[in-house]
Amino acid sequence: MSDSRLKISNNDGVTLVEFIDRNILDEANIQAISEEITAVIDQADTPKILISFSNVDHLSSAALGALITINNKIREKQGQLHLANIDPQIYEVFVITRLNKLFNIHDTAEEAHAAFAG
Amino acid sequence: MSDPRTHIEDAQGVDLVHDRAKVSALIDKILAQAESKSFGTSALFAVRLAIEEAITNAFEHGHEGLDQSLTVHIEYAVSEKDIQVAVEDQGPGFSPASLPDPTLQENLSKPSGRGVMLMRAYMTEVDFNKSGNRVKLRYIRPS
Repeated sequence: MSDSRLKISNNDGVTLVEFIDRNILDEANIQAISEEITAVIDQADTPKILISFSNVDHLSSAALGALITINNKIREKQGQLHLANIDPQIYEVFVITRLNKLFNIHDTAEEAHAAFAG
Repeated sequence: MSDPRTHIEDAQGVDLVHDRAKVSALIDKILAQAESKSFGTSALFAVRLAIEEAITNAFEHGHEGLDQSLTVHIEYAVSEKDIQVAVEDQGPGFSPASLPDPTLQENLSKPSGRGVMLMRAYMTEVDFNKSGNRVKLRYIRPS
């Protein structure tokens, strides 16, 4: 898809999702990202998804909401979601909202990849 | 005349349509003024986040069910001491006190309801007018 906002690849049964945009802020962009990741979830029996934020400088509460919805969908299918490479300023947003308690967050994609079970 | 709690002295004002490019351009303009007053990266991060949340709330919630061509009025002023931004929609307003705490365990899996708490977390002051359709964000430079 030429207008994709994501880079999606597969490694050892884990789908790696990376963002192209540095800012994940506006509704239309977030909606498009959600739909792309939801398509990945729908295609898998038990989705294993690693989302890397290595390119991301800013995200909004709407983006957090999209991540929560994605997490809920993955859990419904007994899948796993891990997050990695979150900039310290953005990680603080996860801490303030206590979403660091909801998500499995790792420093690097390698560490996140190693954390997938099964 | 605006509510004194959300009034900004000597503010620049603009009416914003619901257009992403125009929203981004305005935020960049405010942040460029802040940068020119030597506000640091953490201040710029905080102010961008809070303005984004306020403008999103205005269009998505303030104007929910209303004509989507309605504009949101923005006022801003940047000084050596602080950055102030007011965001006013044309909707009926809401009661910020009625918002559930999104950090409670039972609310963690809910996808919405974090905008106002993020504004409060990152700004020095967040004030709503009486009807709740105008919010003033104020970031005071740490001494």
